[in-house]
This record gives sequence, structure tokens and C-alpha cells, in this order.
Amino acid sequence: MEEQFPIIKVMDDEGKLVDPDVQIDSELVKKLYYHMTRIRLFDRKAISLQRQGRIGTYPPYEGQEAAQVGSVMALNGGDWVFPTYRDHGATLTFGADMVRTFLYWNGRAEGCVPPEGKNIFPAAVPIATQIPHAVGTAWAEKRKGTDHVALVYFGDGATSEGDFHEGLNFASVFQTPTVFFNQNNRYAISVPVEKQMHSKTIAQKGLAYDIPSVRVDGNDVLAVYEETQKAVKRARQGEGPTLIEAVTWRTGAHTTADDPTKYRPEAQGESVVHPLDRLERLMKNENLWDEAWINQVQLELENEVEVAVEAMENYPKANPEDLFDHVFETLPEQLDEQKQSYLDLIGRG
Amino acid sequence: MPVMSYIQAVTQAMREEMQRDEKVFVLGEDVGKKGGVFKATDGLYDEFGEQRVIDTPLAESAIAGVGIGAAMYGMRPIAEMQFADFIMPAVNQIISEASRIRYRSNNDWSCPITIRAPYGGGVHGALYHSQSVEAVFANQPGLKIVMPSNPYDAKGLLKAAIRDEDPVLFFEHKRAYRLLKEEVPEDDYVIPIGKADVKREGDDITVITYGLCVNFALQAAEKLEEEGISTHILDLRTVYPLDQEAIIEAAKKTGKVLLVTEDNKEGSVMSEVSAIISENCLFDLDSPVQRLAGPDVPAMPYAHTMEKFFMVSPDKVEAAMRDLAEF
Repeated sequence: MEEQFPIIKVMDDEGKLVDPDVQIDSELVKKLYYHMTRIRLFDRKAISLQRQGRIGTYPPYEGQEAAQVGSVMALNGGDWVFPTYRDHGATLTFGADMVRTFLYWNGRAEGCVPPEGKNIFPAAVPIATQIPHAVGTAWAEKRKGTDHVALVYFGDGATSEGDFHEGLNFASVFQTPTVFFNQNNRYAISVPVEKQMHSKTIAQKGLAYDIPSVRVDGNDVLAVYEETQKAVKRARQGEGPTLIEAVTWRTGAHTTADDPTKYRPEAQGESVVHPLDRLERLMKNENLWDEAWINQVQLELENEVEVAVEAMENYPKANPEDLFDHVFETLPEQLDEQKQSYLDLIGRG
Repeated sequence: MPVMSYIQAVTQAMREEMQRDEKVFVLGEDVGKKGGVFKATDGLYDEFGEQRVIDTPLAESAIAGVGIGAAMYGMRPIAEMQFADFIMPAVNQIISEASRIRYRSNNDWSCPITIRAPYGGGVHGALYHSQSVEAVFANQPGLKIVMPSNPYDAKGLLKAAIRDEDPVLFFEHKRAYRLLKEEVPEDDYVIPIGKADVKREGDDITVITYGLCVNFALQAAEKLEEEGISTHILDLRTVYPLDQEAIIEAAKKTGKVLLVTEDNKEGSVMSEVSAIISENCLFDLDSPVQRLAGPDVPAMPYAHTMEKFFMVSPDKVEAAMRDLAEF
């Protein structure tokens, strides 16, 4: 199966083009570099904030920046994104507000609200539940006759869930414009992908549903971008769903509450070249590395992150009684009474 | 006014809502050409076509999940679970996703999906075609659970469910489908979700129940009337969230309360009704609150004699009512 689904690359670990004749879009490369740097700064900042007790438990995505930025940049504004809890690198790139993203990780429901007109579903925490949603939304777009597509993120562990298979089958039967974007980061918390499945690839799972499937180097942002673009184009043209397996590597822990040294072999992952390092090598090889621009980007993004952290920390504290808001469109009478009795208990009624 | 069976009222409600609103569509197993295994969607495929009456793969979690995605998009899905017993693979989608979307998104998203399923026994349906599953969902804020007791209510409540901005589970008693018939108006009407309904006024005892058991209680009340026992009957209509005010009022009315459900006794919706009465009506009660329910065994038996023994029936309700009246 590895032969049938070779890992597609545009650049190698040294940042050299696999096909030297290929033309590089320098503006695109700079944009990709910008967003990958931006989300890496966010991610590292978030870990640091968690360590200082300034936000809650946090799931880092370091190592997956190419997979997330490369895929989401292939979408248009009107498309739909269905993230998991580890995909806020993608949603930030797609247009989610950075302050709100920090707020989300500080336990605020306001963090789930995307900017007006941005079709970003709230991050799914139960595994694979968002996959059928992306099929339903794509089906609705198809029925309406638009050319919008739905891209859904999920990890290697999610491919063991029923919702993954039910979603793929449904999308296949109804030929919905859905892009199933898998980030195979090799671990579902502590369980390696070799124990998650006996199959050699995730891409091959698309065969059973007659869904075109590809395996791409998830640390090669250009390859991810290109393959996602092809899938998006097919979906837009009414040619149905695609399954993309982006083979990547979760550099850090599952979350800040996890210690991977307990279950990962010591040297595992050491040879993985960080996707940003790879892009840097490519830019240097292709004479796109402009030190002044790089420094300017770095400063600008560090500042953006600092300003966002400050805004998150100055955000008004949550009002406890808002706990009762938004259970339903209108609060049932007895729930209103319950709210009153809770307030009485703490002497605020 | 035409006479309709319970299932015809269900179909009529869907038809009218599909005519009224382009966004309403039906999805489920065998709902298309076949018109559903019970014929609840009979004729809809011919009238609205395969784009709006969708035969899905046999996958309940996807039926719910795809419906949820479409609902969040802005559509009005009516998802059919072929039997309430088969809703279990979709529980994660219904509880973890549909019921929590508005809340966890700070009201930015909503999920106006209706999930219909036939429940209940007494039809020789055996273990996996007879169960009552409402209690599984009846402590999940964000969900509404509606269980109509007659054709008139079925039409008005289903139309309200489809128009509701929140997810609604709509459980239809499969034995009521063809057993219950009455005049149902052809015009457009909705019955508010969350409100119980007094189905009979009385002074001696109160029966609180829902679904097909309302009919059993009404039959029993007729008989007891001849013995001079006057029965007050409250139909919950919505079993989650409960209409507490109506429950308290009905309990206080007579001070003697019988709660009836076909579901297993322990942990049923009636346990919650009983708690509401005990919290609010201590000085108005003249007897302990009584419950008549299905036994706490895992499933409805197939053997005819055992099924009959399991099922709540008009005779059992009558006996329990008489005992309470004599207390």
C-alpha cells in the first residue's frame, strides 16, 4: 500500500526541490512562511502561558504548521472549516481572531465565535464527530448549487471511529464537496499509529469508499498546499470528496497535561526536520530569504501575539450567572427559577 | 374535518412544513420510495423528490451527524431513526454535539434539527423494536423531547418541533400509529413545546402520563367514572424539559397522584416528575405518589404472554387508579 500511496513531496528535507524544473511562486512562499511563523509564535506563547497558569490546558500543534497552513490556504473565503481542538493553527490562518482563540483556551465560550462571514465550526473535542457535519454542510452547499467546499480536519486516531467511516461513506454516496484532511501525526495521545491500525496508510481507507485519496508529506507546506488545492478544485467542480493523509509529526505532548517521555522511544522524531526549517532551507536555496523582511515579520508577529495576550487578559471576567444563558434559544421558566435559586444560595438574589 | 390516524397526522405535519419551507427536508433509512417502514413518509418522495426525501446509508450516527451539519448550515432537517431502539449509535452526535452547540458557541451557532423515532411496545416487536429510550436523553439540557399522545397533538407538536430553533427528539408510539384516529384540522396550527395539557378534568385522583399511556388512562377514567371516581389526567406532551408548573397544579388538584410510563421504572421520566411533586406539594398530598411503569428488565420480551405481562395496559392503569382512589 505504501507503493500505491507514495508520500508526495515538492521539497526534500534539505529544502531542495524534488523536481528542479518546477516554478516556485515567491509570493505564495512568503505568505506560507508568514502564517507558519505566526501560528508557531502563537503556539509557543500559549504553552508558556499555560505553564504560568495564565490559560488552561493546551494542546500544542508544533510540527504540524505546514499541514495546517498549507491546507487551509487552499480554501476560499466562503468555504467551510471543521477543526478539532488541535487545529487552531489552521483556523487562525483562515481568519479566526487571535484574541478569541486565546480566550477559547482560557475557557471562554466567546472563543468559539468566528468573525462574521467566516465559516469556522466550533472545534470538535469528541473525536471524529465533526466529520459527518462537514458532509452535511457540503451536501447543503451542493443542493444550493454553490461551489463552496467543506474541509474537515481529524487525526490518525479518529480514523478508528465509526463517524469517520460513516462520514466517508455518506460523502461517497452523495458525492459531496468535502475534503477529508487527515493529519497523521503518528500518535493518538500515547498510542502510536502502528497500534491504531494494521493498515500501512490512512489514505488506503479511501479505496473502500471509492474516494480519491493521496498521501502527502505533511511537513512540506508546498506539497500540502498543492494537493489540497487539487482536492478543493475537484470538489468545486462537482467531482466529489477527497481523502488526504498528511504524514506529519507531533513534536510535543498531546496536551500540556501529558508527558510523552513516558511512552515515546527516546530518539523517536529526532530526525524529523521541522516544517519551518525546511521552508527556510528552500527559501535560502531559491534566493527568497530576505533577512530584513524576515526580521520585520518576526517583530510584527511577536507584537501581534503580545497585543492579543494583553487583550485576552484584560477581557472582562466571565459573569457566573451567564452560566444559564444559551441552553436553549429562550430560557425555560423553570431554568430561570433555578438560576434565581442558585443566586439566592450565594446571597446575590 | 378529516379523520386521521396518528401516523397520518405525522405525515401531514411533515408535508405541510415541507410545502411551507424549502429548507425542510427528510433523511433516514428507507424514507424515500418505500415511504418508511411504517409509512410515516408515505408520498413525500413523490411530492418533493429525492433531493428533499433522502434515503441514507444504514448509519444512524451519520443520519444525525449529517443532519446536524445541515442544520448548522441553516437547513431544517427531519432525521428519521427507523426505530428508537436504533438511535444508540447516534447518541454521541445527539448529546455531545446537537444539544451543546448553542451553549458551547455562546449562541453563535444553533442546531434546529428534528429527530423522529417510533418507540414503544405491545406490537410484538421483541427486544430491539419495542424500547422506550426517552430517559436516556432526559437529562441533557439543550435537548427537547416531545412525545405526543394523539393525532391532533402529533401534528401540532411535530410542526412546532420542525420550526423550533433547538434540537428536538420526537418520539412517536408505534402502536398508536394506526390504533388512534380522530379528527385533525387541515389548517396550519402548532402546539407549544414545553407545555403539558390537561386531557380530562377530575377531582378524586390525578394521573400524569404521556404518549400512548394517555389513551390507556382516558379509557380507565371512563370506567371509573361509572364507579363514581373522578379522574384528572395531565398529558406531559414534552418530557424534557418538564412543565413543572402544570405538574404541581395537577398534583395539588386532587392530592392523589399516579404516574404512568411504559418505560422501565427506575430512573424513568416519572422519577423526575415524582421529585418535582415531593419538592413542591408535601402539604397537598393525601397519599404517597404512585408509579405504574414497565418492569426493570433489560428489554420487552417477544413471547406473547410475557410481552403482555410487561406492557402497561388500560386494565393495569385502571387497577392502579382504583387502588389510589381507595387509599
